[in-house]
Amino acid sequence: MSHSLEIRGLVKAYTLGNPVLRGIDLTIDSSGLTAIIGPSGTGKSTLIRCINRLVDPTSGSINLCYGGQRVDLAAIRGRALRENRRLIGMVFQEYNLVERLTVMENLLCGRLGYVGAWAAWRRKFPQADVNHAFSLLDTVGLGTFANQRADALSGGQRQRVGIARALMQRPKVLLADEPTSSLDPKTSFEIMLLLKEQGRLNNIPVIVNIHDVELARRYADRIIGMSGGNVVYDGSAEGLNDDYLKQIYGGEAWL
Amino acid sequence: MTAASSGAARTSTAFRVDLWTRALAVLLVAYVVYASMQLGFSWDRFVSGLDNGARFLSRMFPPDLSKMDILWKGISESLQIAVLASVAGILISLPLGLMGARNLMPSWLSWTARSIVAVCRSLHPVIVAILFVKAVGFGALAGTLALVVASIGFIGKLFSEAIEEISEKQVEAIRATGASFPNLILFGVLPQVLSRFIGFSTYQLDSNLRNSTMVGIVGAGGIGGALFSAFQRFDYDFVFTILATIVIIIVIGEMLANYVKKVFYV
Repeated sequence: MSHSLEIRGLVKAYTLGNPVLRGIDLTIDSSGLTAIIGPSGTGKSTLIRCINRLVDPTSGSINLCYGGQRVDLAAIRGRALRENRRLIGMVFQEYNLVERLTVMENLLCGRLGYVGAWAAWRRKFPQADVNHAFSLLDTVGLGTFANQRADALSGGQRQRVGIARALMQRPKVLLADEPTSSLDPKTSFEIMLLLKEQGRLNNIPVIVNIHDVELARRYADRIIGMSGGNVVYDGSAEGLNDDYLKQIYGGEAWL
Repeated sequence: MTAASSGAARTSTAFRVDLWTRALAVLLVAYVVYASMQLGFSWDRFVSGLDNGARFLSRMFPPDLSKMDILWKGISESLQIAVLASVAGILISLPLGLMGARNLMPSWLSWTARSIVAVCRSLHPVIVAILFVKAVGFGALAGTLALVVASIGFIGKLFSEAIEEISEKQVEAIRATGASFPNLILFGVLPQVLSRFIGFSTYQLDSNLRNSTMVGIVGAGGIGGALFSAFQRFDYDFVFTILATIVIIIVIGEMLANYVKKVFYV
């Protein structure tokens, strides 16, 4: 069963008449990792955040298709929005872990859309969720860290917890907003590899905003280049030549 | 040459002399001098006062230890007032403080909650205690209610401010998982503010302990009543016993608060 995202005519303007996204059309299926590159301020984060509605789009549609169902994420609100957010995992640039909670509690945050407040308050999560959390901790290489507080971890460890928290949702789509920008090169490669593997393993689309063009080339099955709120490149890593990079980032001295 | 001359031409607001600040400072000094003259302070008045003080102190010794039953009755009532008022005040302040947080609540709700807290804070506990004595009669109930109001006025505001200072990033991450609003509060907000809440709450307990010894002066229960009548009968030796007991209780309360904070690693 494959899952996909269909974005049509997506526009976002934070201030009227000054759109950040100027009509994005994309279809992203579960055939691998999609990297979105582009200069700062070009709307990469806004695009990702429109998908799980941390940012509300101005117009356009974002259809999430999974298991024969089809939901326009741009059109829903309230309970429907919360229930569909559960299907979308998100990894953040600054990890956004709850600092004062343990690693295990942070992972269980991924199930908060399914657990009532009274049970969550008493930490009475279903045993299946706890087992899933332990197996994910092994997957991301933090098997012995369950009882550590999140603020005691290093950057790379935190991002692994962030990825595990997103996977706890058993998502139909995995989003990552600059997941490696705060990490050293070696850890960045490991994090990208983990995202790619998990996308393939769960057969879900993985969409990663990224600054590092080399990292994108190395891990992405598909690269989307954005500039000025438009998609200017959409294709394979091999096809991304210097002409396109000039078009995306402008100038050429840096190439 | 050119660099130096252009540097001289450029200005920064960092070096500007702020005349308003200076004018206000001069005005403050002038008012302090004026106010002290108005109230008739003088050196002679101070020296004769010292004399009085010495006589008062000498009559405190030896402390009167014969009225332990009165002392214990008053002190235990004060403790009960303080603990009950703290618990009730904290329980009411938690939802009220949350409702007053402008980053999480719609403005009509946060303004309502903030107004209630502001009213609770605007009057001194003793004045509130007088109001409650008139409303519900003499005794510990009036004192407890007065300190509940004082607690809400103080920690309700601090709770709101602590919630407004949390990191949005952590809240955003919880929101992105599709968590319900109560779960968002439990996992995105509460962990960030819990240690500060405990700090505020122990401070309020400390404050209520002190205030519970005072509301008795206006007939609202506790050791304050005994203290006030001892003053009026010039039983300064018993006054000393009461004051020393209060100090000991406050010190024990302080140690307890530190222990609680250590447990929750504030």
